[in-house]
Amino acid sequence: MFNITLEKRPSDSKTMSYLSPLFAVILTLISGGLLFSALGQDPFHALYTFFIAPLTDVYGWTELGVKVAPLTLCAIGLMLCFKARIWNIGAEGQFILGGLGGGYIALELLEAEGFWVLPVVLFCGALSGLLWGALTALLKTRFGANEILTTIMLNYIALNWLLYGVHGPLKDPDGFNFPESALFSDFATLPVLSDDYRLNISIFFALFAVAVVWALMSKTLLGFQIAVLGEDKAAARFAGFKEERLIWFVLLACGALAGLAGVSEVTGSVGQLNPYISPGYGYAAIIVVFLGRMHPVGIVFASMLLALTYMGGEMAQMDLALPKSLTGLFQGMLLFYLLACDLLISYRIVRKPAARAIGSSSNSAQA
Amino acid sequence: MDFELFTNILFATLRTGTPLILIALGEMVCEKSGVLNLGQEGMVLMGAALGFIAAVVTGHAGLGIIAAILAGMMMSVLFAFLAVTLVSNQVATGLALTIFGTGLSGFLGAGYVGMAIDGIAPFPIPFLSDIPVIGKVLFSHDPLVYVSWVMFGLIFWCFRSTRLGLIIRAVGENPEAANAIGIPVMKVRYGAILFGGAMAGLAGAYLSLVYTPMWSEGMSAGRGWIALALVVFASWKAERILLGAYLFGAASILHLVLQGLGFEASPNLLAMLPYGATIIVLVIIASDAAKAKLSTPLALGRPYRPQV
Amino acid sequence: MNQIELNNITKRYPGCIANQAVELKVGAGEIHALLGENGAGKSTLMKIIYGVVKPDEGIMRWQGEEISVKGPAHARELGIGMVFQHFSLFETLTVAENIALSLPKAESASMDLLKKRIIEVSEHYGMKLDPNRYVHSLSIGEQQRVEIVRCLLQDVKLLILDEPTSVLTPQEVETLFKTLHLLAAEGCSILFISHKLDEVRALCDHATILKAGQVSGHCIPKETTTAELARLMVGDDTPLTEDYKKAEGAETFLSIVDLSHQSDDPFACTLKNISLDVKAGEILGIAGVAGNGQEELLNLISGEDTSAKETVFFAKKAVGNLTPEKRRILGLGFVPEERLGRGAVPDMSLQDNGLLTAYQGDLTKNGIINTSKVKAFAQNIIEKFNVKAAGIHAQAKSLSGGNLQKYIIGREILQNPKLLVCSHPTWGVDIGAAILIRHELIKLRDEGCAILVVSEDIDELYSISDRICAICDGELSPVAPTHDVSINQLGMWMAGDFHAVNTDSNSEPSNSAPSNSTPTNHSPESEGAIK
Repeated sequence: MFNITLEKRPSDSKTMSYLSPLFAVILTLISGGLLFSALGQDPFHALYTFFIAPLTDVYGWTELGVKVAPLTLCAIGLMLCFKARIWNIGAEGQFILGGLGGGYIALELLEAEGFWVLPVVLFCGALSGLLWGALTALLKTRFGANEILTTIMLNYIALNWLLYGVHGPLKDPDGFNFPESALFSDFATLPVLSDDYRLNISIFFALFAVAVVWALMSKTLLGFQIAVLGEDKAAARFAGFKEERLIWFVLLACGALAGLAGVSEVTGSVGQLNPYISPGYGYAAIIVVFLGRMHPVGIVFASMLLALTYMGGEMAQMDLALPKSLTGLFQGMLLFYLLACDLLISYRIVRKPAARAIGSSSNSAQA
Repeated sequence: MDFELFTNILFATLRTGTPLILIALGEMVCEKSGVLNLGQEGMVLMGAALGFIAAVVTGHAGLGIIAAILAGMMMSVLFAFLAVTLVSNQVATGLALTIFGTGLSGFLGAGYVGMAIDGIAPFPIPFLSDIPVIGKVLFSHDPLVYVSWVMFGLIFWCFRSTRLGLIIRAVGENPEAANAIGIPVMKVRYGAILFGGAMAGLAGAYLSLVYTPMWSEGMSAGRGWIALALVVFASWKAERILLGAYLFGAASILHLVLQGLGFEASPNLLAMLPYGATIIVLVIIASDAAKAKLSTPLALGRPYRPQV
Repeated sequence: MNQIELNNITKRYPGCIANQAVELKVGAGEIHALLGENGAGKSTLMKIIYGVVKPDEGIMRWQGEEISVKGPAHARELGIGMVFQHFSLFETLTVAENIALSLPKAESASMDLLKKRIIEVSEHYGMKLDPNRYVHSLSIGEQQRVEIVRCLLQDVKLLILDEPTSVLTPQEVETLFKTLHLLAAEGCSILFISHKLDEVRALCDHATILKAGQVSGHCIPKETTTAELARLMVGDDTPLTEDYKKAEGAETFLSIVDLSHQSDDPFACTLKNISLDVKAGEILGIAGVAGNGQEELLNLISGEDTSAKETVFFAKKAVGNLTPEKRRILGLGFVPEERLGRGAVPDMSLQDNGLLTAYQGDLTKNGIINTSKVKAFAQNIIEKFNVKAAGIHAQAKSLSGGNLQKYIIGREILQNPKLLVCSHPTWGVDIGAAILIRHELIKLRDEGCAILVVSEDIDELYSISDRICAICDGELSPVAPTHDVSINQLGMWMAGDFHAVNTDSNSEPSNSAPSNSTPTNHSPESEGAIK
C-alpha cells in the first residue's frame, strides 16, 4: 500500500505523546487554510480572524476564560472516566442537568436574599449533575448497560427536559412567550472578577478541580486504581481493586463537576435558563481530554484551544460571514488529526519495507 | 380506535423505522467484521446534507440519493483509514467522526436551511397496493422502504449461507487467525466499514429527501446512536434489527396515537420516549450477560494490524 | 530431491536478529525436528516458510525450484500446511465452517460434500471429528485435530507443527505420533517444532537445532543423547536441570472442601466437588490439559471469583467469599498464567507494576502512595531476581517473557506470602529464567510457604512438586506423593480416568478403562483406537 511501513516501538514514545497534539494543531491549521482558500477567502486573513483576532485585547482573553472554565470542569471529570476506560459521553447531559437543577432552585429563590443563596444554588446544580451521572453508574454496574449508549441517550433526554422546562413550567411569565426563564436574582449570580468583563469566579472552581484531580491521580492509591482499571481490567481484578466502586466514583465525580460547570454557566455568563445554555461544551470536552493527554495540566491548555474555536467560530461568522458550525468542523478535524498522529506514539515510520516485530518476547528473549 | 388511524399508524411506523433499519444493518455488517464505528450519526448527517444539496442543485432526487451514499462512504473511508490502517482507538475515532460530520454537514448545509423540495414520491406497487389495509400499510411506500427490505434480505442471506458472510464473521471473531489462514483482514474490514457508510448515507437521504423533505442542522436527532443500540438489542441478527427498528418506529410516533386518542402532552416530553426506550432496551439485553457474550463479535473494537 | 530447502535465510528485527543464515533441508516423507529454546527463532523461521513473514535475505526452494511464498494462501496452494501453537480457529463457527474458510472457494462450495470429506479424512488418520460441532465445544486436543484435518484436506506435502504436544495428554501425544507416522509413510514431509527432547528422539528422523537465531547443529535424534541435544540448544554454560529433594510439609495452609462452581461465562468449565489440601512447606502440582477448570479453580482461590464461604480455607479460616485484597492480607501470593494483561499492566512501568499487588504493605499510607518506597521495592525485585530491564521506568511490555515472569514472581515472593499459587510458572520462558524460577520456588517452600503449581509441563511438575494430581473436566484426581505416580498414571488422570491403577507398562492407553468424565469433551478411549 505504501512504500513506507510502520514499525512497532518496543516502548511507547513519551516525546511523541507530547508532540502529537502539536502536529495535530499544525495539520488542522493547514487544512483550515486550505478550506478557507477553497471558500474564496484569503487563508491567512481567515486563520488570523479565527485564531488570533479573538485574543487581541483583554476582553478577548476574559471571554476565553469564560469558556475555559466550563470546558475544563467537564474535561477534568471526563478525564477521570476515560482514565478508567469508562466511555462517559454524558458530560453534556450532566452539564445541562446541572444548569437545569441549579437554575430551578435559583428561580425558586428569586425573592430570597442573603449570601447563602448562591452556594445552595451551586450545590443543587452539582448535585443534579451528580445524580445524572449516578444514573449512568447504576445502569452500568447494576445492569451492565453500555455506558456510551446510555449516556448519549441521557444527553438527549436532558436536553428535552431543559426544553420542556423553558417552554413550560419555568418559562418567564413576563417574557413575551420566549422560551426562557426569568433572570436570576443578584444573590444567585456568580460574582465577576471585574465589572468591565463577564469573567467570573467559576474559573477558580476549574483551577481548583484541576489541582485536586492532579493530586488524586499522581499521589493516591485511588488514582492508581483508576488508572490500572482503565489500562487493564484483568490486572485490576487480579490485584483486588473494586471495579464497581471505582466506576461509581468516576461517574459521580464527573457528574458533579459537569453539573457544577452547568450551574456556573447559568448563574454566571447566562444569568437565566434558555435552550442554548450549552454550545456543546460536554462534547467538546471529550476532545479536550484527548488533546490534553489525559493530564490535568494538558487539559487546561487544551481547554484554551477549544475555547478559542468557539470564539473563532463567532468571529468568522461576524467578520467573514461564514456559518458558525465552522467551530464543530475545526473541533472534529483536530480530534481526527490527533488520533492519526497518536499512531506515532507506539509506532515509528520506516522507509524500507518489511521489519516489524513479531511477538516481542520471541525476539527480546535473547537480548 | 378509528380503523383508518390504526392503518395510518402502522404505515407511519414502517416509515419511521426505515432509516433505523438502514443504519443498523450497515453498522451490523461493520461490527460483524470486528469494527465498532460510533460515527453513524456523523455519516447520517453528511448523507442528509449532501443528499439534500445535490437534490436542490440538480433538481433530481435520485441524484440526491447517490450523493448521499457517496457522502456516507467518504466519511467512512476517513474512519477506516484511521481505525484500520492507523490502528487508532475505535471509540475515539467514531466520536471524532460524529463531531466532524455534525460540524461539516452544518457548515455545508448552512445555505440550504429552510428550503423546500418535492422529495421522493411514494411508489405504490401495482396491484399489491390495492389490497385493503395490507396494501396501504406495506405496499404504498416510497422506493427506499422497499430498498430497506431488499437490503435486509441480502444481508440475512449473506450471513446465513454465503462464504462472504463466513469470512466477515471470521475476521470479527479472530483477526489473527483469519490472517494466518490467508483472509485479507484489512480489506474485509475496509469493505465492511464502507458498506456501513453507504447505508448510513442512504439513511441520511431518506431523512432529508423523503421523511421530512428538508434540511436542518442535526436533523438526525440521535438516530445514528439509537441504531447502534438496536444492533446490540438485535444480538447482531438482521431479522431482529427489522423487528427492533419497527418497534422503535412505533415508540417514536406514539404522539400520533396519543393525539388520536385525544391526549395532549408536551412535545418535548414525548420526544424523550425513543431515548428512554433505548435505555430500557439496553438494560434488558445487558441483563442476560451470557447470551450477550455469545452473540457479540469477539474482536469487536479491537484494533488489528497484520505482521509483515 | 528435498521437499523443501532453505539457504541462508536471514530475518532481522529492530534490536535483534531472529534468523541468521539459517540452512534447513527436509526430504520427502521425512519427519524433521526443529529444536530450540524459546526465542531461538523457530517461530519466525516457520512463519517465513508459511509466507506470513518475509525474510530479509536467503533463498527457499520447494521441490527443487526457487520460490517466494506470497502468503498463507499461496503456501497452502503449494501444499504447505501449518498447525499453529495458538490455534487459528474460530470458536463460534462449526468445524466444517472453519475448514471451509481455509479451502479454496471451489472446494468448499458444497458444504455437504465437504462434511463427508472431513469425516473420511479424519477417520483415515484416526482423528475422529464431527463436522457439525462448534469449535468452542471441543477440547483442546480435538481443536488440534481440526487444525490438522484442515491441512490434510488439501493434499499437503509439508506439514508444519508448532509445539503440538504441549496441549495434549501423554496418551493423546501417542495418538498424534501415530497419525504423523502414517502421514510420513504416505510421503508427506513433516516439520516438527519442539523443545521437548524425548519426544523428538521418539518421533523424528532428523533434527536441526537453532540457538539464538543460528543453526547450532544437525543430528539424528535417535542416535543422540538427550544431554547432547540439550547442549546444542542452550550452549555449554547453562546448567540443564537440577534435582530437588522432596519435602513432607507441615500444617495444612490451603484447604479446599467440596468446591463446586458454575460460572456465568458460557465458555467456562464447571467445577465439581473439588477437595484438596496444601501444607506449609510443600509444593502441590496440578497437571492437566488447558481448559479443564484450572483457570476457574485458580480464580476461586485468588478471590477473583468467589464461592460459598465454607469451601476455601486459609489456615482454617473460611475465605471462600472474600475479595482478593482480603485474601492477600491473609498471606496469598498469586502468579497468574497471563503475564501481560493480568499479572502486569503492559503499558505501565515496572515501578507501578510493583505497586499493583503490594499496595497493602507500607508502600501506601492512608491512601497516599509513598513513591520513594515504591521505587525501592521495584529496584529490589530487579536486583534480587536478576531481572533484565532498562530500569524501574521500563514498560512491562518491553520485557521478555522470562524477565517479566521473574519480576512478577519476585514481586509476590518479596511480600512473604504464606501461600503462593503459580499458574504455568515457566511457560514460554528461556531455560535460564526457568531454572531460576524453580530454584526460587523451592527456596520459598523450604522457608515454609505452601505452594500450589498448576502447569501443563509434566516434566516440571515431576521436578518440583512434592505431591501431584491432575484436573480433568472440572474434577480433581486423587492426590499422591509425586514419587508414587507414574507418567502413565498421570496421563490417565489427565484424561479423566481417575480409577486407573498404577502400571508401569508403556503400552497403548487402555481402551477399556471406564471414563467418569461427562460426555462433553474428553474421550481419550476413542483416540487409542486407530483404524
